[in-house]
Amino acid sequence: MARLGPRATYGQTLTTLAGADRNIIAISADLGRSSGLDRFSRELPDQFVNVGIAEQTMVGCAAGLARMGFDVFASTFAPFASMRASEQVRMNMGYMREPVKLVALGSGLSMAYLGNSHFGLEDVAVMRTVPGLTIISPADCVEIQKTLYACVGYGQPVYMRLTGASSTPIIYTSDYVFEIGRAVWLTPVRKIMLISSGTTVAHCLRATETLAQMDIEAGVLNMHTIKPLDENALEKIAQETDAIFVIEEHKVAGGLGSAILEYYNAASISCPPIILHGIADRFVETGDYAFMLKQNRLDAEGIAGFVRERLGAVVSADER
Amino acid sequence: MVEILNTLFSEILVHRPHEPEWNDRDVFILSKGHAVLGYFAVLHRQGYFSAEKLATFQTNGSDLIAHPVKKEVLGIESSNGSLGQGLAYGMGMALGMRKRGQDRRVYVMLGDGECNEGSVWESAATAAELGLGNLTAIIDENGFRNDGPNTTYAGRVVLANVWRAFGWNVIEIDGHDHQVILNAFQNARHTTDTPTAIVARTVKGRGVDFMENNNDWHHNRITANVFERCLKVLDGCDLPKLDASGEPSV
Repeated sequence: MARLGPRATYGQTLTTLAGADRNIIAISADLGRSSGLDRFSRELPDQFVNVGIAEQTMVGCAAGLARMGFDVFASTFAPFASMRASEQVRMNMGYMREPVKLVALGSGLSMAYLGNSHFGLEDVAVMRTVPGLTIISPADCVEIQKTLYACVGYGQPVYMRLTGASSTPIIYTSDYVFEIGRAVWLTPVRKIMLISSGTTVAHCLRATETLAQMDIEAGVLNMHTIKPLDENALEKIAQETDAIFVIEEHKVAGGLGSAILEYYNAASISCPPIILHGIADRFVETGDYAFMLKQNRLDAEGIAGFVRERLGAVVSADER
Repeated sequence: MVEILNTLFSEILVHRPHEPEWNDRDVFILSKGHAVLGYFAVLHRQGYFSAEKLATFQTNGSDLIAHPVKKEVLGIESSNGSLGQGLAYGMGMALGMRKRGQDRRVYVMLGDGECNEGSVWESAATAAELGLGNLTAIIDENGFRNDGPNTTYAGRVVLANVWRAFGWNVIEIDGHDHQVILNAFQNARHTTDTPTAIVARTVKGRGVDFMENNNDWHHNRITANVFERCLKVLDGCDLPKLDASGEPSV
């Protein structure tokens, strides 16, 4: 499944689900093929709607279908889902609470040479401000599957953020319990914790191996549900760690890191230093996916280097 | 607009005001959500809520504010206020009814000013492509928008022609003539494979001479004094009383 990539996994899983459940509808803004929904549209034409290149209408129409009791999965590229149609999301999925599952394809930097027009680096920031919206960013293809299964019949609106290219690394080699809103401990809690979501989680895991070679013991928490956050996990981390790093393939402004800072602030929990690492406030230089991850220090090596540097700064500040 | 709503709710819409969540009902969506007062008055007259409830309009904590907020038990099927969104939502419901094999219809009222929004035309094209005969748009073409005349559709661009070009069954009517309105809705009901756009030419503020085609009344406050003048012009109707500040007296 790792070779399939996130989009094909989405399309294939949804086709399987919909084949067994006539209440599922896939709606697309002319990106059915890019969503891996080719087979879906051929095999289940009555359950497939293409509204044309019209994301605002896609979200509105999806909401109307959800109102009629269908399980509606609407998909398009991340910036078009989260920003072009953001007001439709706010009115239909937020204000009216219609439980549409909005699937953002190719979020983060994964659209590579298509450039900043197609990147999803602000989507979490925008979607986080819609009350009642659940935001999930699965870490690998197994988790995409589990998320989709969890979304069928889930009565809340969801923004599902797919990152990563077709060679998305595998994180889960054995089965595990996936629950919306409950983070996954990929290591036990350690003095240094990296919190991440989406395919960046895999890079964080590899970064911890590099860090271990430098005698820095770091752990990883997969916060696949960005909203609502797993508060129990965050409380545990605040109590048991010396430094928290939030690593994300998203602008630092408004992303997972912001959400975590806001949580600790509102809960008045005293916690160790929290260091945010993501995309700076600029449009990024474009290249292939690996190049951009490297440029933005979001590959394993970049993350490890960033953590080591910032730990040095934290330690020397403490010593002063 | 209120003549259209009154005709729709009294003689066309399949609904049960005393059983607002009845599963087989038709659905009305006020996409031009700012015209909410006429809509609330009609819902009240139909029996969806009491005069006391109506009198809570724009009071703190009320369900009835300056734009519709979805609440099925009050007959309010959709939240609106951000223009250009009602048609897509209504289209989704109409499509869902068709997929469920239900004989139900969706009516969406838009303004001609609202038709400046691009999202209207996204949805118009898709609804025509899908052949949603159970979807009817009513365009209240009063010729005005917030800042004055709607010049977009006053010259070369003819609103009814645009809907026609988008593949809709277009019926142009005098939006104040009850019989003409009724005929248009019946025509729409018998058109099964194409959505219908009823382009209703209306006069803003119709019936009250000092308000007619006067855009000062696009958004304004009816004080007790103005209310008296309105009543005089309208020849006295049985309406809720206002106190001196213009607030309804409960």
